[in-house]
Amino acid sequence: MIALTVNGETHQVDVDPDTPLLYVLRNELALNGAKFGCGLGQCGACTVLLDGKPVYSCLVPVAALRTRKVRTLEGLASPDGTPGVLSIAFEAEQAAQCGYCIAGMIVRAQALLERNTRPTADEVRAHLAPNLCRCGTHMRILRAVHRAAEMMGGGVRAVAEREP
Amino acid sequence: MSRLGRRALLANGALVVAFALSRGALAQDTDQPELPGGLAKSPLLDSWISVGADGQITVFTGKVELGQGLKTALIQIAAHELAVAPSEVDIVTADTARTPDEGVTAGSQSLQDSGTAILNAAANVRVLLAETAAWRFALAVDQIEMRDGAAYAPDGRTIGYGELVSGASLHVAAKPDVPRREGGARVIGEDLARIDIPAKVSGGEAFLQDMRLPGMLHARVVRGPSDGTRLKQANIEAVATMPGVLQVIRNGRFTAIVADDEWRAVKALYRLQAAGWERIGEPLPAKRMREAIRGLPAQPVPIFHYPGPPAPPEAHTLTARYSRPCLMHGSIGPSCAVALWEDDSVTVWTHSQGVHPLRTALAELLGLALERVRCVHVEGAGCYGHNGADDVAADAALAARAVPGQPVRLQWMREQEHGWEPLGSTMTVEMSGSLGLDGRIVAWQHEVWSNTHSTRPTTAGGLLAGAEVEPPFVPPRPLPIRLPEGGAARNSTPIYDLPNARGTLHFVEEMPVRVSALRSLGAQMNVFAIESFMDELAQAAAIDPVAFRLAHLRDERAREVVQIAAERFGWSARGRGTGFAFARYKNLASYCAVAMDVRIDRETGEIHMPRVVAAVDCGEAVSPDGIRNQIEGGIVQSLSWTMRESVTFDTTHRTSFDWSAYPILRFPAMPGRVEVHVIDRPKQPFLGPGEAAQGPAAAALANAVAHALGIRLRDMPLSPERIRAALRPTPAAPRQAAG
Ligand code: FES
Ligand code: FES
Repeated sequence: MIALTVNGETHQVDVDPDTPLLYVLRNELALNGAKFGCGLGQCGACTVLLDGKPVYSCLVPVAALRTRKVRTLEGLASPDGTPGVLSIAFEAEQAAQCGYCIAGMIVRAQALLERNTRPTADEVRAHLAPNLCRCGTHMRILRAVHRAAEMMGGGVRAVAEREP
Repeated sequence: MSRLGRRALLANGALVVAFALSRGALAQDTDQPELPGGLAKSPLLDSWISVGADGQITVFTGKVELGQGLKTALIQIAAHELAVAPSEVDIVTADTARTPDEGVTAGSQSLQDSGTAILNAAANVRVLLAETAAWRFALAVDQIEMRDGAAYAPDGRTIGYGELVSGASLHVAAKPDVPRREGGARVIGEDLARIDIPAKVSGGEAFLQDMRLPGMLHARVVRGPSDGTRLKQANIEAVATMPGVLQVIRNGRFTAIVADDEWRAVKALYRLQAAGWERIGEPLPAKRMREAIRGLPAQPVPIFHYPGPPAPPEAHTLTARYSRPCLMHGSIGPSCAVALWEDDSVTVWTHSQGVHPLRTALAELLGLALERVRCVHVEGAGCYGHNGADDVAADAALAARAVPGQPVRLQWMREQEHGWEPLGSTMTVEMSGSLGLDGRIVAWQHEVWSNTHSTRPTTAGGLLAGAEVEPPFVPPRPLPIRLPEGGAARNSTPIYDLPNARGTLHFVEEMPVRVSALRSLGAQMNVFAIESFMDELAQAAAIDPVAFRLAHLRDERAREVVQIAAERFGWSARGRGTGFAFARYKNLASYCAVAMDVRIDRETGEIHMPRVVAAVDCGEAVSPDGIRNQIEGGIVQSLSWTMRESVTFDTTHRTSFDWSAYPILRFPAMPGRVEVHVIDRPKQPFLGPGEAAQGPAAAALANAVAHALGIRLRDMPLSPERIRAALRPTPAAPRQAAG
């Protein structure tokens, strides 16, 4: 049995120690948020927060977690079930086409906004760079992050367009 | 009543859904005009709409949700015509046991086919219910008001739809001439929030990949690294005894592992793959794939011919050759299916775009009668055409057959999706055009070389597993897709007013690599070529490119889309590095124009895109925001194809095996802004927007780059390497590897 703490709850799971965290979240804990996209650390679909930092859960063996705390998309909602600010902002902006990438986007954006509710537009883009979207929903995703920053009392600062 | 309760009620037969009767059986001796959209094939009202005794309305569609907002748009259409709130309407999408057979969800045709059918079926149902109410109230039907799920008499009497339906059979054929609802609350044209989004942003069960059935096992299919390869003989026994491995299924070359745990199945897969692989059959051509395809024997197919007067001798003639590499769908979630084999029947939950054709192919593969195969669509990650969805459904069905009674979930690995999905074919287009002294085009020629743009499975031979099992099934011979839609020829017919023009498709039957339908098929390339060439001609004629297009454009709706895009962009005050392009998808669907500007970093060759502006006319706009979402996405995806993407090969296999070897655009490279202006055409037929932007976005980029650099790039991708090479042409200029 391996112990892990996810969204504030401790679980014991009976899996091979080299099982990636992603597989444990999805198959043992029945959490849908983190998605299998590549298993290679290239797309960000599996992004979760590990002690507040975004990581690729497809690359973290569950036995390596020890006391570190995992937060997933589901854990961003409040205990009464109200979705997190970013989830609300994504819905308000209708920021999804297929939506397969969206959980990873929200979780990565959460890490940024928890640190800084007033990032620049370029900082948001650079921060989200590890996450791929194939539907081309990027512009809406950016708008949703901007909206969430405002909802958190901050906002995304526009900066002069880059001159090549 | 809960949503689930309503469904259960339906399943228990409050109104039985039947759709087996063909149009022929029902309408053979009527002189009625052809029924619109999907009604032509499935004319019975209750194939499309049911009204429960509790008044619950359910819409059935044979099309599927791909993240394009189909469910919400169809609910909007039904709610509007039935005069109920959208929240009162439930929807069931493609399920071979429950919904009409609408073939494949493709070609931006869902609203044209299913939307039109549901619109008309709903109008029919509303009229039937109103007639029933009139009879019950002993009033004339025009005295009945239908709203909020009930019929109202002028004196205040009212009967709900649920009660009315007990006195009206919906098991009747639609009438073609039923009028649309007039007045009252508008639902079509409103920006309704998509019903699928809440689960997607909160970790709900939103995808097939999220399905968990009781006792579900996990499987992996075992293949070589790409299409055209196979694994060398592996040590099956060693893998069969690995912890958690329940079965290693072998049937000819088809191999799959079933395990009690997903990660254990993956570990067994890695172990089998370690045996190494080899190429099957001919080596791949050593030169770039686009040149290889251009050089293969081709069957000439005439596309169009306007036999106007030949170009006069003083005409100025230009020629140009354009090309694109093979492109990948690159779904963010690898293909997945869940299958359950029970009592010699199989149910497959699939994200295939065509559950009915898939069912036929699976029945043949598995040697089952058609009734013993059920395919149920559940959403997957965006697919943009024929990706691995159908193949993985076959893989899962074969795995499930080995463990009857236990559901099996089989997902491809990322490397399998990249290695085995059918690609969008490489294409070459050669254009020739002549300008008269007045700056008008007097002659035009378009020649296109390409493999097929559809190998979607309709038989077992069209599935990867079909070629692997023993005895193998023969893949069907590829054929050109008929015009006016066309495959490789899609959008090769110019929309412009040209006196003397000819188009020829050189259809290359031999497929060195696996190809099939990718969003917009040949349209992205043909529009890239036509619209690049229009700019080249405009430049030769020293006429503004937008003015040049308008001078050759008669279709009023086309002109308006061009003018609105130009106006919103501020074309008349444009600076350096601006580009424009336009097309009407398939020349019979949505109109889309794109204007954009670029700035090019001359050191790195990187393209920055401060602003993209599009205008689109897709007939009556059901959900303007849904249209904007799809056009924005189409633009961004097409920009990624056009400036970054190219599938690479060596002589043994596909070498674009993951995202590092097949990069796509990431956030920092995205445009500064993308604006989409929707032109609504109330009461005009629905024209889906899903693929309309692919061609115009590609060509607008090429035109903007040409305007910025003063150098025309005609080969996709317009990559930083190509731009650097164009700016510093040296004998040692870097050349793209394969592609
Ligand atoms: S699934 Fe983990 S980064 Fe792609
Ligand atoms: S919305 Fe489909 S991958 Fe991002």
